[in-house]
Amino acid sequence: MSDGSFNILIGGEAGQGLATIGELLAKAFGRGGYSLVTTSTYESRVRGGHSTVALRVSAEEVASPSESFDLLVALNPESVKLHRKELSAQGLIILDEAFQVDDEACIRVPFKELAKGKFSNIAAVGVVGFLLGLEEQSLLRVLEDFFGKKKPQLAGENRETLAKAFRWAARLPSSFHRKFAPILDPAPRLVMNGNQAIALGALSAGVKFCSFYPMSPATSIAIGLVGKARQMGLVVEQAEDEIAAINMAIGASFAGAPSMVTTSGGGFALMVEAVSLAAASETPLVVVVAQRPGPATGLPTRTEQADLEFVLHAGHGEFPRAIFAPGTIEECFHLTRKAFELAERYQGPMFLLTDQFLADSYRAVKPFDLKSISPVQVASEVSALSTPYRRYTITDSGVSPRLLPGRSEHLVVADSHEHTEDGHITEDLSMRKRMVEKRLRKLEAIRTETIPPDTDGDVNPELLLVSWGSSKGAVSEAASRMRSKGRTVATLHFSQVWPLVGEQFSEALKGAKEVVCVEGNATGQLADLIHGQTGFEIARRVLRYDGLPLTPESILRELN
Amino acid sequence: MVTIDDYGDYQTAWCPGCGNFPILEAVKKALAASKLEPHQVLFVSGIGQAAKAPHYINANIFNGLHGRALPVATGAKLAYPELTIVVESGDGCVYAEGGNHLLAAIRRNVDLTLLVHNNQVYGLTKGQASPTSEGDFVTKAQPEGMTSYPFNAVAVAVAMQAGFVARGFSGMIDHLQTLIQQAIAHRGFSLVDILQPCVSFNKMNTFAWYKERCQVLPSEYDPTDFEAAMKVAREWEERIPLGLIYRNERTVFEDRFSALDRGPLVGQEVDLQKLTETMEEYR
Repeated sequence: MSDGSFNILIGGEAGQGLATIGELLAKAFGRGGYSLVTTSTYESRVRGGHSTVALRVSAEEVASPSESFDLLVALNPESVKLHRKELSAQGLIILDEAFQVDDEACIRVPFKELAKGKFSNIAAVGVVGFLLGLEEQSLLRVLEDFFGKKKPQLAGENRETLAKAFRWAARLPSSFHRKFAPILDPAPRLVMNGNQAIALGALSAGVKFCSFYPMSPATSIAIGLVGKARQMGLVVEQAEDEIAAINMAIGASFAGAPSMVTTSGGGFALMVEAVSLAAASETPLVVVVAQRPGPATGLPTRTEQADLEFVLHAGHGEFPRAIFAPGTIEECFHLTRKAFELAERYQGPMFLLTDQFLADSYRAVKPFDLKSISPVQVASEVSALSTPYRRYTITDSGVSPRLLPGRSEHLVVADSHEHTEDGHITEDLSMRKRMVEKRLRKLEAIRTETIPPDTDGDVNPELLLVSWGSSKGAVSEAASRMRSKGRTVATLHFSQVWPLVGEQFSEALKGAKEVVCVEGNATGQLADLIHGQTGFEIARRVLRYDGLPLTPESILRELN
Repeated sequence: MVTIDDYGDYQTAWCPGCGNFPILEAVKKALAASKLEPHQVLFVSGIGQAAKAPHYINANIFNGLHGRALPVATGAKLAYPELTIVVESGDGCVYAEGGNHLLAAIRRNVDLTLLVHNNQVYGLTKGQASPTSEGDFVTKAQPEGMTSYPFNAVAVAVAMQAGFVARGFSGMIDHLQTLIQQAIAHRGFSLVDILQPCVSFNKMNTFAWYKERCQVLPSEYDPTDFEAAMKVAREWEERIPLGLIYRNERTVFEDRFSALDRGPLVGQEVDLQKLTETMEEYR
């Protein structure tokens, strides 16, 4: 608890309900007004193996995972073996009294008695809740909200288990107490993960169609949307493959439904030809790529940031695109909206590049001001057109008026071939040239909307850390820890990685004595991209590619 | 009144004598006879000589990628079910590159009409085998004849109990027009496999070859009899049966989505109250 945050690690096998413990505690702390970050690691299996959920809680803002823990909830003896060394000096281990583990830090819980062997995870929540000073009533409300709709028949038994666990924990010596000081009148918070924030952002932008083929770690975005399909008026379809998914979304968008597809690297590889189709046919489309380590099947349930170059170059031919890389839950929401806005405004594919860490990471965030935002504007006004209507009218901006088929007497003709202004196949090479230029003019406008990277710290620091996407919190915390030791350290973090506008950050790069790029991949893809775009070479790179997220500790180890 | 002239008259990129010409004419006649205005119709196609056909029809068009017309059409139908959607492509596009989408479209029973120009050869890429090419067919890419058995799309569609399965022939325009009209009128997935000669690259399955074999099913034939349809669907060597081979009134894909009960997706506003409720669930 040295930096003011308290770190809980729940370890066990897939199928033991770790995620539920993590979510319930996160919700309880979020409602209590605390800042939090959860980190999930799991294997590609439904039962067995070793999984963890880490929960970092603080009264101050926290935005990254920690590598050391104050409380280990070991749902199997193996978790103690694997994570004992990560426990802090005053750390505690909560485990089943039946486990043969000899350790002073242990609190041995009679799970069989408390939970009838069925609800051990709820009993664990009760014991942890008591020790950390959460109120039983507030935990009960969390439990009811969580299970109320899903499994109402379990409500009574869960309630009873939680109450028993609280009573049992109350008898423990106070040396085991790690009670949090309550936050008075906590501001309302939402507790959500990256994928949930993307789904909510998409709904607020007016998504009407989402097609997908199941693939970790992207699946839960589509699942989140399916649950809202009836209520919010959208269609979510599980396609026969990723190729179908993206082509369906293009068809739906062509007909007027703001559309998105959600996938990960391998699935996106199948979609690539149709990315080019969205560009050629000038059809708005939002593509979410939640990264996991490759090549090929790689580590299906782990995290990485190695598909930046892939997404940037995906699709044959030359066409404009924008790539957003959210670093926080708030950015997941807002940048999803931005991707929808750009897709409609510039009529083409726009990308959101996240990763397993952020996709599955719960945080407590301020509610979004939904009244001040609006859905995207779809298509052009029919009345504002000159006739005859030509779908690909060449304009100064490169953006042509887009009408929807069947909505007026105007005919809408879209084509994947090079085409004339009215959308028909052409071999007229001067027209070809004009169409290429028209499409690329849209990139100029997209550039003017580029979100500048976040800068923090001294203008002429001795060290500047450059990063992108989900590592935002880890890099920022690593910098602040170095600052507290007297170094002048600044950060430059990109939440939009294409197009890059050199004027927005060249000075920052040149002003630093040393620049280090921190990335979750093995080659330093952003560093290479910056070099290609600005000529500025970032030689030193801190890279992580073992399947785990960047943490402040992992960055500092490399820098020191 | 809608006439064939409303559907335009265009210069084409096809060879003289191509089977595509009579198919194009039958399509336009069927549309006019169905009293559909051009703006009510969306043609979706892939790539190939057949996939160019929509460019020669005055209607809404989405000409996408090779093999991928069906998913595009499916998405468009969900977004705006009021559109009459016709997917028009060749045997290579639908049966080879897009095979998986054909199976999925039949399973979904989307209200689409799929017209497959089936000339048993690749035209645009100059004469390679298609999934429907047969045994002795020799091409530059298959110099020792076919290395695979032919794909019988009609039999597969019947076996999957597709909504509407028919076979036509470009040499019988009026019959073909009627089939296309029926297919458009059918609510659910309709496949019309259209046999046509390729004058440039298929010297085996010529106009005369088809003419000799094609026979319209007798009027007493019952297309709702699955067993009979399976039998008819597998006839080929001596006699090729033409007509509506199988019909099945089953639930249409777009009727399964409750979001569409309130009308098409296009034009449904975002309900701020419901959006707020959704967000509040995360509290």
